[in-house]
Amino acid sequence: MFRFLLEKEFKQIVRNRFLPKLILVYPVVMMVLMPWAANLDVKDIRLCVVDNDNSSYSRALTQKASGSEYFSEAIYKESFSEAISTIERGESDIILEIPLDFEKDLVNGVNRELSISSNAVDGMRGSIAASYLASVVNEFSAELMESKIVNRGSSSVVSSAMPASSAMPSSIEIVSLSKFNPSMDYKLFMVPGLIVIIITIIGGFLPALNIVSEKEAGTIEQINVTPVRKITFIFSKLIPYWVIGFIILTNTLILAKVLYGIVPVGSIFEFYILSFLFLIVVSGLGLVISNNSRTMQQAMFVMFFFMLVMILMSGLFTPVSSMPVWAQVINSINPMKYFTEIMRMVFLKGSGLADLYKHIFIMFGFAGAFSLWAVLSYRKNS
Amino acid sequence: MNSHLENNIKPVIYVENLTKIFGKFTAVNSISFEVNKGEIFGFLGANGAGKTTAMKMLCGLLKPTSGRGFVAGFDISKEPERVKASIGYMSQRFSLYDDLRVWENFRLFGGIYGLKEREISETTERMLHELGFTQERNTMVKSLPAGWKQKLAFSVAIIHNPGIVFLDEPTGGVDPKARRQFWELIYGAAERGITIFVTTHYMDEAEYCSRISIMKDGTIDALDTPANLKLKYGVKSMDEVFYQLASSKG
Repeated sequence: MFRFLLEKEFKQIVRNRFLPKLILVYPVVMMVLMPWAANLDVKDIRLCVVDNDNSSYSRALTQKASGSEYFSEAIYKESFSEAISTIERGESDIILEIPLDFEKDLVNGVNRELSISSNAVDGMRGSIAASYLASVVNEFSAELMESKIVNRGSSSVVSSAMPASSAMPSSIEIVSLSKFNPSMDYKLFMVPGLIVIIITIIGGFLPALNIVSEKEAGTIEQINVTPVRKITFIFSKLIPYWVIGFIILTNTLILAKVLYGIVPVGSIFEFYILSFLFLIVVSGLGLVISNNSRTMQQAMFVMFFFMLVMILMSGLFTPVSSMPVWAQVINSINPMKYFTEIMRMVFLKGSGLADLYKHIFIMFGFAGAFSLWAVLSYRKNS
Repeated sequence: MNSHLENNIKPVIYVENLTKIFGKFTAVNSISFEVNKGEIFGFLGANGAGKTTAMKMLCGLLKPTSGRGFVAGFDISKEPERVKASIGYMSQRFSLYDDLRVWENFRLFGGIYGLKEREISETTERMLHELGFTQERNTMVKSLPAGWKQKLAFSVAIIHNPGIVFLDEPTGGVDPKARRQFWELIYGAAERGITIFVTTHYMDEAEYCSRISIMKDGTIDALDTPANLKLKYGVKSMDEVFYQLASSKG
């Protein structure tokens, strides 16, 4: 009985105008576009300079900033209020104001303060831009010191020449090393996250919508009036999409390697096993929704609602640890949060199954709960 | 009704005080009747009288609120899945798979009812032949005309040679010629011993039934052979019987 149902599903999928194309196009779109579109790197910050000193030092500083890869060519304004209005008009992101007598004071060894004002409408971008600019200034002052040492040929006066905004004594140098993603490559962070979304769409949305479409067409009634078992019918719906899921995952892996050279540090086998576990979780959730929906519209809406909340809270784009405590509590029932962590651990750290036992345990819990709920809520008679 | 039992023929459908309540609405109100093997039982009534609800309960698609019902010897409340294995059902809405070919629909439902590969292909050939569909074997069902679809749906409903087949307004929306051909199929099946339970709005079709019941507002108002009903109401056609019953105050 099962064989015939499965055969029917595969025939319908192959004949579908949309699905076979999706299998090919979807991973390409996700891999080619998304790592760039969802990029949180801050670049091309538009700098506005108010140079009240107009000295060789102040010009050297602004040139240094403009020349860095993070800032685009600076624009210059006479006063701070003019500079603020460029931010208001959306022409610049950050203002660097250099005080009068900046150079003179520096040469005389007087500490001067520079002002950095950044547009914090997008708080993250604003603070990142400010810290970039601060580091440019720090670097400038460090270079300045070095050159003085060289010029004067003695080290006795160095400490008095500590310039400007540098709050940090030059003798301490902090070197930060980023473990697991040493170059802080944003793509390396995003790709495992995108795989989470891909599995959710393929495993959660498609079979659920397929079942609701049979409800709308009335064909499900013809099935329900036969002695076919609930579990048989459900599996005949899920298995084709699981197969599609694995094809798409494989394509995604290949694309990640070809396009970005990203390969999971952990084992591929582990990657597939864990993906399958998550596939069961999301398809269970999708089935629960489809069992409780009468129309496609209803199913789509409920599905979007859950998926959006789950994706935004999963830590895919913003770190879970910086969410408020109540949000983190709610997140403990978000399967996507666990799977995003799993994928990043497998991809970036190469964590083994043993390292992930807590996550896997929780995922098994979700898989069991949703599957049970899905089978119980599917009714052949009402 | 007792006369049938006296003849020692076990009814294939036996219903006692069957009731279905949706919220505050009583769709089927304590109906009782029997259908015997080989009968063509016409289940008539105006729209909204509760015919489809009653039929869905008999097919195990709806759970009765109260009352009992046995179909093919199985309790519809307790063993709906066993009932399903012994019946065929053709819904009001065409519900075969549009994106499957004619033979693929036969194959699917044959397979679901547990027929073996060989049985499926033999039955499919025989049915295609009977329907005159041998040319359409590979046609996608969506491109068949309405009358053909209904004949196909009927054949698929009896592919497993069930004891009883339930037909819910099987000839809705098709032309008189196709209706006539459809009734020939029904007669053919009845001759092979399949009990037919059919709802319809066409009174000429009611004349073809061995017995008919007329439902109104959830209850059965009349149940007899067409000839006896006409006699009872002193009219010449089933049309008038129906009209008198429908316009009388329940």
